[in-house]
Amino acid sequence: MPLEVEVVSRVRRLYHTDRADMVIIPGSEGEMGVLPNHTPLLTTLAFGELRIVEGKDVVSFVVYGGVVEVRPHKVTVLADDAESVYELDMGEIEAARKRARDLMAESPSEAQRAEIAQDLRRAEIAARVYSRVQGRGQRVRSLEDEES
Amino acid sequence: MPSTREIRRRIRSVKNINQVTRALEAVSASSVRKAQAAVLASRPYAQHAYDVLVNVAAQSTGVPLHPLLEVRPEVRCIAVLLITGDRGLAGAYNANIVRRAIRFVEQYERPVHWITVGRKGRDLIRRYLARLERDETAPSYLRDQRIVAEFSHLPADPDLGDIAQIARVVFDEFLTEPVDEVFIAYTNFINTVTQQPRVLPLLPLRPFEARSREIMELVEPEPEVRYRNRDYIYEPSAAAILNEIIPRFTELQILQAIRESLSSEHSARMIAMRNASESAESLGGVLQLEYNKARQLSITSEILDIVGGVEALRQAEED
Repeated sequence: MPLEVEVVSRVRRLYHTDRADMVIIPGSEGEMGVLPNHTPLLTTLAFGELRIVEGKDVVSFVVYGGVVEVRPHKVTVLADDAESVYELDMGEIEAARKRARDLMAESPSEAQRAEIAQDLRRAEIAARVYSRVQGRGQRVRSLEDEES
Repeated sequence: MPSTREIRRRIRSVKNINQVTRALEAVSASSVRKAQAAVLASRPYAQHAYDVLVNVAAQSTGVPLHPLLEVRPEVRCIAVLLITGDRGLAGAYNANIVRRAIRFVEQYERPVHWITVGRKGRDLIRRYLARLERDETAPSYLRDQRIVAEFSHLPADPDLGDIAQIARVVFDEFLTEPVDEVFIAYTNFINTVTQQPRVLPLLPLRPFEARSREIMELVEPEPEVRYRNRDYIYEPSAAAILNEIIPRFTELQILQAIRESLSSEHSARMIAMRNASESAESLGGVLQLEYNKARQLSITSEILDIVGGVEALRQAEED
């Protein structure tokens, strides 16, 4: 029996399927593969790549923190923020990274520093996921494909 | 029959009103679209979060896994977080939710700490408390109510940062004596013409059991916990996860309730203003007709006067 997977962020629902074979979750304690009939589990998310394997396809997202609830036949990803790999724009990521580095160089206050560090981490994770997905050279299905 | 000048003045004032209601309708119509998009976009997350919360809460029988899950054996006092608008002119929007909240506390028969969001709610509750103060027959649990905190002027598109203070007050109320349960009264957004005032249990998190049918009718049951699992594996640990998700998810429930209410408020105002515009238009039509009649009448009588005068002169000449 395949897995039902739902990915929602605070601002929208990104993805839903009921025929996933495996979900690879970037848990805060390390990456974790979830197959159907997994024992119930609740874990926090790190920043990283979330992959949903459906047959030969892989649907890939970048998630930035949050919580995952795993039930035997359903995985619910509640991300603080998330985007589809297809939405990643290398130019924007580079710009965000540069912006964060520049801000960091201006010796910001403690509170700002944490925020900038967060932005920087975000951009770096996004860049890493992007290049990893490119390197795999696999067919990554976009949400638009899904809809059509 | 009022004079033509009188009618003209009324037509002018009706036209002015019509302009104001039209402007308000247009403003609400544009806010309602934004608010609706926001509420619909964040709803799936809020619903799933609630689902997870209730599931986690259902597991904790016996020793609560988190202070916010603690079910106290006796309910001495409750807090009600009441969400209304800052402004009126929204039809029965504010009155409906306040009436429902009051009906709920009167049925619940416990002293209440009110936490109001929105100026209208605060004012209406103040008036209600003042009325109770004068009423010597009111039972003691009703007389023992007060507003413990009030918030107003939230931004049009609030986020977690904007409601952090509200959430802190809610948590503090629950964690300190003597509040044992917290409810949230808000207006659920269904569509532009339908909004539903409702009271939901907020803390402690657990499947809600009402003590009587009347209360049952006033409080929305929580979404049914279809999946009852007694043991989750928590990674990294139960305490770490629950400490993070329980306060955060609860904040999200509050935020979602506020978003639902905002959407409802804009919709209610838009509809109220559209009705007002339509009434103003039809009243304008009626008045215009009346004005025309009055004008015609005065012209006719003037002509009659002249004709009569001319006739009288001629007769005088003939004589």
